[in-house]
Amino acid sequence: MTDMSMSKTSRAVGIEITGVNLSYGTTHVLKDVALSIRPGELFAFLGPSGCGKTTLLRLIAGFAQAQTGKVLLDGRDVAPLPPWKRDVGMVFQSYALWPHMTVAKNVAFGLEERRLPRTEIDRRVAQALELVGLSAYAERRPAQLSGGQQQRVAVARTIAIEPKVLLLDEPLSNLDAKMRVTVRRELRALQQRLGLTTIFVTHDQEEANTICDRIAVMEAGVVRQVGTPMELYENPANLFVANFLGSANILDERSGMPMPAGKRLVFRPQHAALSSPEGAALRGPVTHREFLGATVRYAVRIGESEILIETPFQSGNEMRSVGDQVGVDLPPRRMLFLPA
Amino acid sequence: MALAGMRSPGQTALALAIALFLGVFLIVPVVTVVYVAFTEKGGGGFTFVNFLDFGRTDLFVRSFWNSVYVSAMTVVWASVLALPLAYLTTRFEFRGAMLVQTLGFLPLIMPPFVGAVAMQLLFGRNGSVNLLLDEWFDFKIGFMEGLNGVIFLQAIHYFPFILVNLSAALRNIDRSMEEAAQNLGSHGLRLFRRIALPLALPGYIAGASLVFVKVFDDVATPLLLNVKEMLAPQAYLRITSIGIDDPMGYVISVVLILVAVATMWATALVMKGKDYATAQRGGGGLARRRLRPREQVLAYAVVILILALVLAPHVGLVLLSFATVWSYSPLPDGYTLAHYTRVLGDSSVYIKNTLIYAGLAATIDVVIGGAIAYLVLRTRLPGRQWLDWAASTALAVPGVVLGIGYLRAFYGVNLPDGTPLATLWIVIVLAIAIRRLPYALRAAYAALQQISVSLEEAAENLGATKARTVRRVVIPLMTGGLLAGFVTSFATAAVELSAVLILVQSNSDAPLAYGLYVLMQTPAGRGAGAALGVIAVLIVAICMWLSQLAVDRSQRARGLDI
Repeated sequence: MTDMSMSKTSRAVGIEITGVNLSYGTTHVLKDVALSIRPGELFAFLGPSGCGKTTLLRLIAGFAQAQTGKVLLDGRDVAPLPPWKRDVGMVFQSYALWPHMTVAKNVAFGLEERRLPRTEIDRRVAQALELVGLSAYAERRPAQLSGGQQQRVAVARTIAIEPKVLLLDEPLSNLDAKMRVTVRRELRALQQRLGLTTIFVTHDQEEANTICDRIAVMEAGVVRQVGTPMELYENPANLFVANFLGSANILDERSGMPMPAGKRLVFRPQHAALSSPEGAALRGPVTHREFLGATVRYAVRIGESEILIETPFQSGNEMRSVGDQVGVDLPPRRMLFLPA
Repeated sequence: MALAGMRSPGQTALALAIALFLGVFLIVPVVTVVYVAFTEKGGGGFTFVNFLDFGRTDLFVRSFWNSVYVSAMTVVWASVLALPLAYLTTRFEFRGAMLVQTLGFLPLIMPPFVGAVAMQLLFGRNGSVNLLLDEWFDFKIGFMEGLNGVIFLQAIHYFPFILVNLSAALRNIDRSMEEAAQNLGSHGLRLFRRIALPLALPGYIAGASLVFVKVFDDVATPLLLNVKEMLAPQAYLRITSIGIDDPMGYVISVVLILVAVATMWATALVMKGKDYATAQRGGGGLARRRLRPREQVLAYAVVILILALVLAPHVGLVLLSFATVWSYSPLPDGYTLAHYTRVLGDSSVYIKNTLIYAGLAATIDVVIGGAIAYLVLRTRLPGRQWLDWAASTALAVPGVVLGIGYLRAFYGVNLPDGTPLATLWIVIVLAIAIRRLPYALRAAYAALQQISVSLEEAAENLGATKARTVRRVVIPLMTGGLLAGFVTSFATAAVELSAVLILVQSNSDAPLAYGLYVLMQTPAGRGAGAALGVIAVLIVAICMWLSQLAVDRSQRARGLDI
């Protein structure tokens, strides 16, 4: 009964992915992927290029076929549905706006394919364009728009069909740095307003951290960890996640620090401080010093490895020079011991 | 391009020499044709009377509309053949795709007039196919009746132009263009019609307009099928039957030029703003769908039927060349080598002439094409672009018009011993060279554009003069591309007929294509004509293969991983 009332108050749907394996020839692109994406969530697939994040997105859209596993949309298996019957809106990395059609025609396309009456089509095209603030550009060609505007047309075209979920494939990668910040906020605001379950594919941890509710960090076809941005940063489950979200120092037992077998010591550069070498568990010479304004970043060699330590800059602070022997002061609560 | 900063007297002299050559052998003949068309017969005054006469003569008006009809219908039927093949090969996993793509080279190997008579014997009223249809099903199909025959033959020959352009355009569409449409609910033929086809339209139009112009300008194919009421054949017939003083041949020529120019202009107009450069951002094209078993059967049926049509002229030609007698029967009565002994014996002069003419013409093309490319891309000579434009206008000048222009412009020019310049065989060579120049020019451009300017700057920096840099760096690096240009020019020059038809004065000066045309006119000569045709096809095929070899080798030599 609760399900009934849920669907009345919100049309957002959840996505369940279970046991997905996908290979192209001998390349195993997705390995035992399982994810649960909640209704109305803005969810990121984050990982370096080649980690399988786009393939996973294309699997949901129906452009790839998995050898095993299931994708459930709103509890229903979508495997038998071809891309054109899935009702999942995808915004392509290249936007894929059709150059032979005007903005309005682009947006109307999906509605025409659904054989809606003309008046309904016109109404929804106008509504979608208004939502992205492009009503004045309806009769332009895509080539006459800026990159940011093109991206908004692509979004309008997709949400016009009122899809069950929205898939964004690296939506910011073709914009310049300044536009990215503006557009990602707009996307978040739009997603919130529509309450639409959305998946956002990116290789940029900042994009994922700033606008997404939860993130799945992927590496080589495997989901390494799922969590909110802060959980992932504070409690990375493994070295890859620790390294991929923000910078992390990683040391093994050769550093002189005692640690559980098969684990590594991981800590963030800003969580350690420099001290005198006497009695310090970690010590070594300063190999580099960089002044970054608010902070000073030191590189210190510990045995075979090099670690980074960032200290807040205040005038009067004692500065170390390259070659100085220093100790590293690390509070135990900041130490993470993660499997190698 | 710092290198282009200076200009040397040598470059200026070269540019002037090329300008003179193009002026005398392209501009003057064409201008002469236009001039005569607007001049009173006998008198010298400017007049539109000739054009009014043209418009008042039923024969010409009929011929004009026949030409338009035939060209347009050829485009339609060529599209009907090309469209399914392009769709099949670019959107489905289909083993026959390779087979279909190789069809693209067939029209280059054999111009339509070569197979005309053979096709008459295969598809004519009493040809093989109709005899069999009559025997089995009691009806005949008028494939070759009147204008239909021309359309049928031209469509079979020229559809690969559309196929090649359209397939390339379809393959170049970014896969996300079609995936986006699928994502929004479209699929199958509807998606092809709404997204893929409009995006490939520029490629289709480029192919279609080329076919239209080529068919409109063709003299020999209609004549060999005994269709005289078309415009290009009329121009030829007027000049050869009434004489070079009759203004009608010139008026028709001007109309032919206007149609060619108008077609190109209209094409450019339609293409404007439609340059949908949706080139791939990495990744292959659209994931191709595997055909279901029943679709596969259908697809193979389509491909085999079209392949059979495309090969028909070649098969017919080979049969005819070995046939003793072949009429009113599906296959020849008997087989003989007599035609080959005949053409390799007393008709071997045709072959010898062809090799000389095509060889000389291709040499001229490569030298001039290479020089123009160098002047345009590597110097700042004022007006260098004009050389390119002038050479390229040859594309818009039908062969028959160039032939008429030569005849008129050079007939009055006598050599010291009194023979008119226009009757010399070298004039045929020059006409062919001008006709093929645009192709060699494109090849030279492509070859030169692949060479980095810094290679030349390095040579000059080390003390080489401009001339020595060209000789020791530029030409060696361009060799592969120029060689390919030479072979292509040679191959197409070997089967050039429309200009030749007008310029040949005696059989001893005639090339193979002319010999073939003359022999094909009489039933007794057909076998020998076909044998010549087979030899021509072999020459061209070998050239095409050599050209491919030259390109491959030069790319490998320069370590280009293409």
